[in-house]
Amino acid sequence: MRTPYIALLATATLALTAGAGRVAPSAGGTISGKVTYTGTPPKMKPIDMAKEPFCARLHAAAPVLTENVATGPGNALRWVLVYVSAGEQGAASTTETVRLDQKGCQYIPHVLVLQPNQPLDIYNDDSTSHNIHPLAKVNPEWNKSQPIGAPPIHAKWEKPEFIPVKCNVHPWMHGWHLVLATPHYAVSGEDGAFSLQGLPPGKYTVTAWQEQFGTQTQDVTISGNETKTITFVFKATPY
Amino acid sequence: MRPKTPVAAWVSGVVILLSAVGPRPGVAQESHIGNLTGHAAAGKKVYRRYCILCHGAEGDGTGENAMWIDPKPRDFTLAVFKCRSTPSGTLPTDEDLFNAMTRGFVTTNMPAWLPLTHQNRADAIAYIKTFSPKWRTLKPGTPITIPSEPSATIASILHGRELFQKMECWKCHGPAGHGDGPSAKTLTDNKENPIPPYNFSTGSRFKCGVTNQDLYRIFMTGLDGTPMPSFADDIRPADAWDLVHFLRTLQPLETPEAAIWKSWLASHAQELKPIGPPGTAQ
Repeated sequence: MRTPYIALLATATLALTAGAGRVAPSAGGTISGKVTYTGTPPKMKPIDMAKEPFCARLHAAAPVLTENVATGPGNALRWVLVYVSAGEQGAASTTETVRLDQKGCQYIPHVLVLQPNQPLDIYNDDSTSHNIHPLAKVNPEWNKSQPIGAPPIHAKWEKPEFIPVKCNVHPWMHGWHLVLATPHYAVSGEDGAFSLQGLPPGKYTVTAWQEQFGTQTQDVTISGNETKTITFVFKATPY
Repeated sequence: MRPKTPVAAWVSGVVILLSAVGPRPGVAQESHIGNLTGHAAAGKKVYRRYCILCHGAEGDGTGENAMWIDPKPRDFTLAVFKCRSTPSGTLPTDEDLFNAMTRGFVTTNMPAWLPLTHQNRADAIAYIKTFSPKWRTLKPGTPITIPSEPSATIASILHGRELFQKMECWKCHGPAGHGDGPSAKTLTDNKENPIPPYNFSTGSRFKCGVTNQDLYRIFMTGLDGTPMPSFADDIRPADAWDLVHFLRTLQPLETPEAAIWKSWLASHAQELKPIGPPGTAQ
């Protein structure tokens, strides 16, 4: 049995790098992997921003593509939320302010994850007015204008909920505020990759959520500081 | 203060437990409108007689008539309301709901419920608050303060017109307020149903009132559930009155604002810069 020694070594290394008397925040197991699709996904379509000349000019060279199904090389699926939906949840951190930008008539990022009551600052970086209209149901729905040069809007969400957000002035602007009670989450990148780190040993249910294709779950058991690799494959439907 | 007997402690424990169970339709809920107190139990009778056919037994806006109606009846389970004196994202006051029921909603199937007594209306309001758990967990917002209205002058109207351009009201309401701005055709409400922006040239009542105060309140609180946002963070109270004065000039009504505007326009029309996207002549 060599594993315990390796685990011990890994722990020692982590403890050393983290400094004396402190457990590194990254200590614990990792669940990482990739989100992909099979079948034919809807095409990412160029967005026509002609009705907003300011934004159309910004993207004159390369039009922005729709993001409700965003794909990458190797059948990768981007903007998929992967999170621990059952098992040791840990405490959600609520102090750090998250930032949402409205830039070039797009929400950046398209998928924003927040913890309950985490401060959220919403910026308008454009030379055009936006209105931010989160279509919340569990939390209160609101709708506020943010003209050119207006200061950031301070907001927060109290309860876990997946909230679609839109701008009524620019109907193509669409994003998500995903309010999660667990601090164990990741959003897949352009390569479909995700990584949940710092998981204490235990049994977990990991859920992957894609705004159009729905959810999938997998059970994963973590012991020690091991890394488990899992894959989520969504069946893409063209329309 | 007498120390609690075990029985009293037990009873209060049960009460706490019961109140923690969560919302149940029919549980006592009240509304307070001036000196009137509305009761949900009485309101249920009013609701089942007058409201249920459109708003539905569960208050979710899917009554028998709903499929024939456009715009759709309000879904009370969401507790999202257009006409509020309170900031966007907060619950309206009981008076707000009472006023909305009394006034009805112009250009919709919701009539003005003047034939019902004040008590009937207060009771109905208490009952519709049983359809969403938000009425148990959240308090209504604090009504915005509206400073007294200064007299309209040509300066206030012109400044209001600048705001109409700067705040990009024209994007939806159109450069002349005809409800035909570049975004008008794409607007949807929170249920993804198409919804047109108000067309000032009809001169019709607003959904949330008729007075200048109502108009002030509409754009400062926004109409929740619709594309109309709140401008409370962006427009100062004095400026808000200027915008009200300008908006009145877009309506074909004989208002003091329209009179001032017309006489000024007669000799100054050529001084006006067009409203709309920068660099485009109207």
